[in-house]
Amino acid sequence: MADETTDNSGSKVYLQIDNLTKKFGNFVALDSVSLEVYEGEFVCFLGPSGCGKTTLLRAIAGLDIQTSGTVRQADVDISALPPSERDFGIVFQSYALFPNLTAERNIAFGLENQKLEKSAVAKRVTELLELVGLPDQGPKYPAQLSGGQQQRIALARALATSPGLLLLDEPLSALDAKVRGHLRHEMKALQRRLGVTTVMVTHDQEEALTMADRIVVMDQGVIEQVGTPTNIYREPDTLFVADFIGAMNQIEGHVNGDNSVSVGELSFTSRNHGLAREAPVVAAIRPEDIVPQGMGDYSSSDSNVENSLEVEVEDMEFLGSFWRVSLNNSALGGAALMADMSINAIRSLEVNIGSTIRVKLPADRLWIFPPSASA
Amino acid sequence: MSESATAAAGAAALIKPKTSKDDRIMVGFILVICLYLLITLAFPLYAMLSKSFSTYAFDLTNFEFQVNTGDGWSETFSAAAQNDKVKKFKPEDLVTSSDGRLAPTELFPDFSFRSPTLYKLRQVRGDTSYLFKTDRVDDTDWHEYSSNDFRRIVLRASADTGLDNFRTYFSTPALFRSIENSLFISILSTIITVSLAFGFAYAINRSTMRFKGLFKLIAMIPILVPSLLPGIALVYLFGNQGMIKGMLMGESIYGPIGIVIGSVFFTFPHALIIITTALAISDGRLYEAATALRASRWRTFWTVTIPGARYGLISAAFVVFNLVITDFGLPKVIGGQYNMLAVDIYKQVIGQQNFEMGAVVSVVLLIPALMAFGIDRYVQKKQVAQLSARSVPYVPKPHKPFDRICLGYCSLIAIFIVGLIAVCQYAALIKFWPYNLSLSLDNYNFKVMDGGGWDSYTNSIQLGLFTALAGTIIVFIGAYMVEKTNGFFATRSAFQFLAMMPMAIPGMVLGLAYIFFFNNPDNPLNPIYGTLAILVICSVTHFYTVSHLTAVTALKQMDREFESVAASLKQPFHKLLSKVTVPVCLPSILDISIYLFVNAMTTVSAVIFLYSPDTTLASVAVLNMDDAGDVAPAAAMGMMIFYTNVAARLIHQFVSRKLVRRTQAWRGT
Repeated sequence: MADETTDNSGSKVYLQIDNLTKKFGNFVALDSVSLEVYEGEFVCFLGPSGCGKTTLLRAIAGLDIQTSGTVRQADVDISALPPSERDFGIVFQSYALFPNLTAERNIAFGLENQKLEKSAVAKRVTELLELVGLPDQGPKYPAQLSGGQQQRIALARALATSPGLLLLDEPLSALDAKVRGHLRHEMKALQRRLGVTTVMVTHDQEEALTMADRIVVMDQGVIEQVGTPTNIYREPDTLFVADFIGAMNQIEGHVNGDNSVSVGELSFTSRNHGLAREAPVVAAIRPEDIVPQGMGDYSSSDSNVENSLEVEVEDMEFLGSFWRVSLNNSALGGAALMADMSINAIRSLEVNIGSTIRVKLPADRLWIFPPSASA
Repeated sequence: MSESATAAAGAAALIKPKTSKDDRIMVGFILVICLYLLITLAFPLYAMLSKSFSTYAFDLTNFEFQVNTGDGWSETFSAAAQNDKVKKFKPEDLVTSSDGRLAPTELFPDFSFRSPTLYKLRQVRGDTSYLFKTDRVDDTDWHEYSSNDFRRIVLRASADTGLDNFRTYFSTPALFRSIENSLFISILSTIITVSLAFGFAYAINRSTMRFKGLFKLIAMIPILVPSLLPGIALVYLFGNQGMIKGMLMGESIYGPIGIVIGSVFFTFPHALIIITTALAISDGRLYEAATALRASRWRTFWTVTIPGARYGLISAAFVVFNLVITDFGLPKVIGGQYNMLAVDIYKQVIGQQNFEMGAVVSVVLLIPALMAFGIDRYVQKKQVAQLSARSVPYVPKPHKPFDRICLGYCSLIAIFIVGLIAVCQYAALIKFWPYNLSLSLDNYNFKVMDGGGWDSYTNSIQLGLFTALAGTIIVFIGAYMVEKTNGFFATRSAFQFLAMMPMAIPGMVLGLAYIFFFNNPDNPLNPIYGTLAILVICSVTHFYTVSHLTAVTALKQMDREFESVAASLKQPFHKLLSKVTVPVCLPSILDISIYLFVNAMTTVSAVIFLYSPDTTLASVAVLNMDDAGDVAPAAAMGMMIFYTNVAARLIHQFVSRKLVRRTQAWRGT
C-alpha cells in the first residue's frame, strides 16, 4: 500500500536528534535516542508513562537538558542552549495559562517587548483568537473559560511568536472524551494549515493514530519503532509495539521452521521471522484479522485450508459496531483467541455462545516475535 | 560528511548546559540573600560560639619584677614565684573575664605608695599586656615605676580557648538550676497549652455551636501583644496587692505559677493554629465509616480523631515548648527569684557584663531549642505525606448536649484571654492601684517614665514598618529564586538550610550574637550597631523562617511551567515575576508583611541587647517600666502595642480585600 510508507526524501530535516542520553542519577531515562523530524511534519511520541517521551520533549525544549547527545534544529546545534535561546512554542497538559491575565493578555505575553506597535500586537492577538476559533473570548480570564477553550488559548499563546517548532506535552489529556475528539481534528487541521513542525507527547494511541504524520513508539528510554500510523499498526516491529497499539492476541509457542510456528499441539504457517528453530516465541494476530469460515475469502466449502481450526465460542461481547468473540480450542494449550466479527457475520453464521465454528488465521497476518525481555 | 562525523564523535561527550542570562541573575540574587543570611545569622552565631569558648586568666609567669628598696635592684623574680611566696591568689582566683584586671600591688603585702621603693616590671612574652594609668603596655622591655606609679598598674588577663566557661557554668548551682527550671516550666506549659488548644480546636471543628468566628478571633489576641503583657495582668490579679490574690491560697504568683499561666496565654494561638489545621484535614469518610460500623463517639475519638491529629499535636507541642523555653519577657516580669535560661542570659550580659557566661548560657539554651526544632520539622514532613487529594472534609452534625459543652468550654477560654487583656486595660486606666481607683490617662504620659517615652512607641512603629517592608521583599525574592531556578543544586540547598535556621535560634541568642559580631570594632558593619538598621535586620532574620515558608507555600501553588512558558516566549523572568507571580501571590505577600509587622512590634527577646538610647522600643519600654516599678504605664504601653496591632490587622484586611478585588478578579469565577 502506497500510503503505508513515507517518502521523506523530498522534505528537509528540521530537527535532528543524535544519540540522546538522559540520566537521572543511575536511572537512564533516555538511552541513546536518535530521530529525525522533517519540516512541517506532525510527530507523536507515544508510549506508556515513564517511557521517556516527556523527557525527550523537555530535552528538545531545553527544559531538562540531556546528559549527552546532540539536538540540531534548522541546522543549528542547540544541544546546550537554555530554553530562552531556542525557537519553540509549547503547550502543557496544565496549559499553564497565567490566571491573573485575560485570554488576550495571555496571548500577547510573548508579543510584548518585541518592538511591536501596540496596534500590531492587538491585531495579531485578534488574528490568533480567530485562528483558534475563540474570537469573542479575549477579555475573559482563564478561570471563566472551559477546559477546551483554555487549551486553545494556550495554543494561541504558543503560536503567537510564530515559532519554528511547536511542542505539545499531552495537550488533550485533561479534557473529557468528547471535547478531546473534537479538538484533535481542529488541532491537526490548524497544524496542517500553518505548516509548523510539531512534536506532541501522548500516551493515548488513538490520539497518536488520528493526529500524527509519523508516530515514535517509545518504551523504557528507547525508540521501539518510527512510522506512519498505518505502518505502526499493520507492521509492528516488536512485540511491545504490537501489544501497545491496538488489540493483539498473543500465544506462546515454539519456532517450527522459517515460516512456521507450533502452538500447543498445532502448527501454523506464519510470516517469515528468521528466528532459530525451537526458540520460544510469541505468535500474535489481531482480533480483526481472524476470519470465520463463510466470510471474506474463506468460503464455506473449503474447510481444511492452511492455518484453519475448529473453535468453540466461549463468550461474546457486544462493542457497538462489532462483536468481540472469545474462541477456544483445547489443542492451543489453554490460550483463548479473541476475534472481532461484524454484526453481519454473527447473524449470517448464527454464532452463539457454545456454538462451534471454523476460523482461519491468515499466514500473512500472523506475526512471530521473540518473547519480551520483561516477560 | 564531516558534520555527521563530528556529531558521532561528540555523541558520548557530556553536554554542559549553557546558563541563560536570567539563570545567572537569579542565582546572583540567591547568592546575595545567602550572603545576607550568613552575615546576619551564621557569622554572629559563630562569633557567639567562639565567645563561649574563650577563657581569660592572669598568666603570672609572664610578668617579672625587680625591686629596689634603696640598696640596689633585687634579683628578677616572676609574679608567679611571688604569689607562691605570699600565697595571695589561689588558681581559681586567676580565672577571669575579658575585662579582668589584677593589681600587682596585691602581691606585695608591705606595699605602700608613699615608700621610696622602686619597681621594675617586664613581660617575658608579648602576648599579655598591662595598663599603666590608661596606657596599654604590651612590649617585653623593663619599665621602671615609683611606688606611687606602681599602684596605678593593673595586669590584664590573657585569652585562651577551652571549656573552662562551661566548667564554671556547670559547677555554679544557681546557673545550673535554670536548666531544670526551664525544662520543668516548658514541659508543664506545653502539656497544658496543647490540651487546652486541642479542646478548643475540637470544639470549633467538630461541633455546631454558635459564635465560632468570634471565638477564633479572640483566640488570636495573644499574638498581638508582647509575651510579658499577661505577666503584668497576673501581677494585678494575683500580685502582692492583687485583686483576687486569695484565690492562690497563699502561693505566690511570682514564680512558676505565674510563668506557666502567662506562657499558656501567649502560646495558645500558636498551638491552636497548628491543631486546627491538623483537625481540618481529617477525612470525613473515616467518620462515616465509623458511624456505619456503629462505633461509639468515644471509640471514634480514640481510633480516628487522635491518630489523625497526632502529627499536629506533636508539632504543636514542640512549637509551644520552643516558645516557652526561649521566652524572656514573661519570666523577667513575673518570674521573681525563679531563674530561667533566657533570663540568665540577660542577667549575665546586662547585670554582670559577663559576656562569656552569657554566651555559654546561650549555647545551653540552643540545645533544647535545636532539638525541638529538628523534631518539629521531621514531624511536619510526615503530616504532608498524610494528606490525600480525595479526602472529604468532615461536616459536623448538630448534637445539643455536646454543642453546649463546647460553647461553655470555649467561653471559659475566651474569658481567660479577654480577661487578662481587660485587666491590663483597667490597670492602664486607673490612677494608682489600689489606693486611687479613679480613671485617668496619666499612665499614658510616657514622657515622665523610664523607657524612652512616646519616642519608643514611634520607634517601634518605624521598626515594624521597615521590618515588614524590607523583610517581605527579601523573603519573597529569596523564596522565588530558590523555588523557580533550575540547577545550581548546591547553592539552593545551602540557601534552604540558611532560611530554616532562624526558627531554631532563640531571640536572646540571636541578639547576643549580634553584640559579639556587630559591636566588634574590626567589623566594617560596626557603624550600624546602635541604629534602627540593626534592629530591622535582627527582626527580619529572627522571623525569617515562617515568612519564607509562607512564601514558598504560595509559590508552590503556582504552575511549575509558568517559567518554561515565559522562557519559550523569550520573556525575562522579571516580567513574569511582576506581571504574574507577584499579583497572584499578593494575598500571601500581605500576610508575610503583617506577620513581620506584628512580631516586630511585640518582640522583646531579640532586640533587648541591641536598642540604644535613640532607638528605644515600645516592647522594651514595657519591660523597663515594669522593672522600674511603673507597672501601670507598662500596662498602658503594652495596650498601645495591642491597639496598634489590631489597627494594623484591620488595615491589612481592608487593603487585602481591596487589592484582591482589583488584582484578583480572576478568582471566584
